[in-house]
Amino acid sequence: MEILKIDKVSLNLNGKQVLKNLSLTVRKGDIHSILGANAAGKTSLGYLIMGCGGYKPEQGRIYFLEKDITEVSLSERARLGITLAWQEPARFEGLTVKDYIAAGMKEKEDSLIEDALRYVLLEPKEYLQRIVDKTLSGGERKRIEIASVFAMKPKLAILDEPDSGIDILAIDNIVDLIKRFKSEGITILLITHREEVAEIADRASLMCSGMIVKEGNPQEVGKYFKEKCIPCPTKIYSDEEKGEVK
Amino acid sequence: MQDYELMLNAYARAGGTPEVFKNSKIAHLVVHKNKVIGKHIIEGLILEPEETSSGVNIKLKVKKGIKIENPVHLCFGVLPEEGMQEINIKAKVEDGAGIKLLAHCVFPNAIKVVHKMEADIEIGNNAFYEYDEIHFHGDTGGIEVIPKAEIRVGNNSRLITNFSLLKGRVGVFDLDYESEIGENSVLEMMTRIYGYGEDRIKIKEGGRLIGRSSRGLLKSRIAVKENARSEIINELVASAFDARGHVDCIEIVQGNARARAVPIVNVTNEFAKVTHEAAIGRVDKKQIETLMARGLEEEKAIDLVVSGMLK
Repeated sequence: MEILKIDKVSLNLNGKQVLKNLSLTVRKGDIHSILGANAAGKTSLGYLIMGCGGYKPEQGRIYFLEKDITEVSLSERARLGITLAWQEPARFEGLTVKDYIAAGMKEKEDSLIEDALRYVLLEPKEYLQRIVDKTLSGGERKRIEIASVFAMKPKLAILDEPDSGIDILAIDNIVDLIKRFKSEGITILLITHREEVAEIADRASLMCSGMIVKEGNPQEVGKYFKEKCIPCPTKIYSDEEKGEVK
Repeated sequence: MQDYELMLNAYARAGGTPEVFKNSKIAHLVVHKNKVIGKHIIEGLILEPEETSSGVNIKLKVKKGIKIENPVHLCFGVLPEEGMQEINIKAKVEDGAGIKLLAHCVFPNAIKVVHKMEADIEIGNNAFYEYDEIHFHGDTGGIEVIPKAEIRVGNNSRLITNFSLLKGRVGVFDLDYESEIGENSVLEMMTRIYGYGEDRIKIKEGGRLIGRSSRGLLKSRIAVKENARSEIINELVASAFDARGHVDCIEIVQGNARARAVPIVNVTNEFAKVTHEAAIGRVDKKQIETLMARGLEEEKAIDLVVSGMLK
């Protein structure tokens, strides 16, 4: 069963066509990787699905659990069960980790907040009263972002480059966390530019210049990305080439 | 007696704990309009209020070498809808002494109330003085709050002030604190205010870092919405060797509100340094959208960001 369907969506930002007639289907319960080089349009796709300000498609529709959410607000999409973990999570002066995680929870029980922190391998006693500001390292902030997503118990979590800005050793931890999301029944849309991370998915889509240019088995998509895209990260696919790689 | 109970009720609504007024180890002073209605002194502290026609003159002194263990609780207020309260404080913390004051100022029914405070504070060497002031106002905005202070800090000492006005309408607020900081001494001034309606906020905080290796931080966190106005003038002057200072002002503006910040840094010694940062604007879009992506409506997301900043 599909949880998300994007049908021929185009998005224009400040006069630039960042998504071009893009279609995508994500199956319920899957980890679905969106792989691509920088500026391929991956993050824009994530923001479009989430409904962030300015990311309204000029054409095409977005369906979540068969409901057309194209005109639905960001908050309402979140209440339907979609959420997003930002690549560079926002920092909040004065807001405690506890209050931040609780913000998205229906049942704001302390034990559930603590569970969410343990889930990302952070000791609750050390972190609950910390402030979600610059005193947290990038890695800690990423984990707290994932904890807040986990605590919300969404149906679909869009994880925008959860592997960026953290050291190579911590990537395995992040990958483990993503797999645990799946085991909790959460569908993951995993945005990344690392083929080794994309390959943990059940299915992968390769993006270039606002288009999906290849889809299917993550290993094959990853291999294609490594061999063809990394040497040519800014390649603009013509319609002819796009057809060929598909 | 009735005024005393009403003051304590207002004090509790302002976030205070009235039980402290029954604790014999905690000094306190309760002033309603120009009447002293509660007072308790502990050893080492001189606290002498004198009633005047419009308020109270207070002489406060901490004797040499005495560090007051528990915060001294002060409660000032005007309960009727109209009235004037002028508090004049002359404080001296002698060498090696220290005190923390926790003042709650309550004006829950104010329609035409003026609260003025004039403080002259002298802090000796190796001493500390910490002053937290929390205001609780009603919803009408019919109040003028005008606190002024001149503070001189000796060597190896610490001065910390925290002012917050987050409950009720601000009304008209005009704060003016000036300080002079000696060798190896530290100044920290923090102001947090949430203004709305027709509130008018003016803050002028100054620190003169005249002592070698003195330190100064002036920090303001202001949120204004609807038709409120705010103006922050923070000035740090560093004239001594190795003096260091920082001015940090953030103002969040919503609706038709207007905010202005003027950080002034003045360095007259080549080995001194003062930095500043000021940000005025609406709540960061990414912060709002992050919280909206957790299911909060935009207005609640803004409230959460603002309340965090003002904490």
